[in-house]
Amino acid sequence: MQSPPSATHPAATHITLAEGLRLPTNGLDYVILAIYFVVVLGIGFAARRSVRTSLDFFLSGRSLPAWVTGLAFVAANLGATEILGMAATGAQYGVAVVHWYWIGAIPAMVFLGLVMMPFYYRSKVRSVPEFLLQRFDRSAHLLSSALFAFAAVLIAGVNLYALAIVVEALLGWPQWVAIVVAGFFVLAYITIGGLSSAIYNEVLQFFVILAALIPICVIGLKKVGGWDGLTGSLEQSHGDNYLSAWGGTGIGDANPLGANWLTIILGLGFVLSFGYWTTNFAEVQRALSAKNLSAAKRTPLIAAFPKIFIVFLVMIPGLVAAVLVPQIGTKGSDLTYNDAIPYLMQELLPNGVLGIAVTGLLAAFMAGMAANVSSFNTVFTYDIWSKYVVKGREDGYYLKFGRLITAIGVLASIGTAFIASSFSNIMSYLQTLFSFFNVPMFVVFIIGMFWKRASMKSGVWGLVAGTTAAMVNYFWIYKQGVVDIPTDQGANFVSAIVGFVAGAVVMVAVTLFTAPKPEAELAGLVYGTVSLSDNEAAEGAEAGDDAWYRKPALLGWGAMVLAAACYLPYSF
Amino acid sequence: MSDLQKEVSDLERKSATAARLFDIRRIIGGLFVLYGVIVTIAGLTVSDADLKKAEDININLWTGLGMLALGLFFLIWLKLRPVTAPEPEE
Repeated sequence: MQSPPSATHPAATHITLAEGLRLPTNGLDYVILAIYFVVVLGIGFAARRSVRTSLDFFLSGRSLPAWVTGLAFVAANLGATEILGMAATGAQYGVAVVHWYWIGAIPAMVFLGLVMMPFYYRSKVRSVPEFLLQRFDRSAHLLSSALFAFAAVLIAGVNLYALAIVVEALLGWPQWVAIVVAGFFVLAYITIGGLSSAIYNEVLQFFVILAALIPICVIGLKKVGGWDGLTGSLEQSHGDNYLSAWGGTGIGDANPLGANWLTIILGLGFVLSFGYWTTNFAEVQRALSAKNLSAAKRTPLIAAFPKIFIVFLVMIPGLVAAVLVPQIGTKGSDLTYNDAIPYLMQELLPNGVLGIAVTGLLAAFMAGMAANVSSFNTVFTYDIWSKYVVKGREDGYYLKFGRLITAIGVLASIGTAFIASSFSNIMSYLQTLFSFFNVPMFVVFIIGMFWKRASMKSGVWGLVAGTTAAMVNYFWIYKQGVVDIPTDQGANFVSAIVGFVAGAVVMVAVTLFTAPKPEAELAGLVYGTVSLSDNEAAEGAEAGDDAWYRKPALLGWGAMVLAAACYLPYSF
Repeated sequence: MSDLQKEVSDLERKSATAARLFDIRRIIGGLFVLYGVIVTIAGLTVSDADLKKAEDININLWTGLGMLALGLFFLIWLKLRPVTAPEPEE
């Protein structure tokens, strides 16, 4: 799934690229692209021999090192819709885009690593819905599994469709060719190599996308006269607030974001971001595949450091595009905000680096899709098929079934992509709809993990109430104009807060009238209970895990301090 | 221990990933060295038009050298700190 912004951000959901963005690619660029596709498949085949059990296929046998899972954690979120969408947000709102990174990601990632990961990892759950089954009951489990599986296929399909549009505009391939080719490669490498193959490809994609974005930023900055030239021009054309993170966000002030500091901190920074980063299985799965508890805790913490700086690589192209094409995104220009990065690729990159950039973009699309497919197949096999449909078979059966459902999932995404190409409005509507199911996930988890008394039934009712409240707030109170909120973006933040509060209230109310889970069954799942595998926690620990630079607390607080420090230059 | 923990621990013992999965550093290193060489060569044979397009920065040369350095870093890291795979069971 996409991060909170893109899931509900119109810029990323309907990617339409302007005509005339065809890139001047040549044979050299295509050689670079072809090499990448060969390597992607090669990783799949080479990973095949490591798959012996279903746990190898779905969670890499819980045996990967922290730096690999950490980079995969950040790359699974760094899909192309995220990259193009965040550059668009930068071009549209200016420096305020940093909120989606420094307050909208880092605190949640650190919280996941330091506070929640011990419960997730030690309980040995294999998916996020499986945790709900252990902590609450089957109704909460089935509801969240089914919704997750459905949403994952939907988003994989939308990703594929966005890829087809971008590839058609940039390279001139017909849309169906791009959909089928990219779908085939993702199908092949995940079906063959499982999660290890998906994660390894994500790590590779992470470096290729850096190699694509850094040259664009360097040449782009030189073209507009360096950072000073950039800010000078933007101050004149867009005003001071465009270059400030918090400028104009006082309560009651008007700003293009349509949100104030309170809704940014609570709605984006707390509810949306914690919901996405700590309970979205496409992310958490990367941490669960780490080789021991220390590596699992470090996964989101290692990811936090690149995440802090990636915002510059998407914001700078957005800002540069706003200088070079002052009319971007308005009726006065053919270019939409989403065109920022493709436009700069066309204008600035010579063949060679252009090939790297095209490869990076395609890799990012495929990785974004693969992250959804590789989490979908796990939830469908472990949480739906093996618990409600065909129970109690030997492990080899579920491994085979996992490969089959991966193929079915990819084919369903290809179908979704074709549907999206004819009914793109329905798709963006569905995506908005699904984004509301994420809202109450965090409240259910946090209450479930920290309040022993929260009853078995409170889980499912918290989910239902939170989702309903967020939807009512968005579709009725905001859309019907009962309360005036300036933009969709601002309304999303407010809906998230409303959903969170409603979920919490209903959970407490339901708990008062229903039976708690027996304490023995909560061991290791809730704060303050004795984990049965406490003595095992040390097991699997490796020599060197206690080195100072591997201390989770230091990494986590280091990332928090760094993110806060990054705000300083843009806050006054 | 819950049923789930028993089942997963059992699968962990049979898992083959730790013993048989190749090291990704080899792939990153190899690909970036190859890309680095290709793009650096493109930079060494740069045309005036390309230079002008990229604001007089020989971006292919710099990007190529950067990718080459990253690739070599991964290969050297692999050489200096190879993973010692646990003995496969059975």
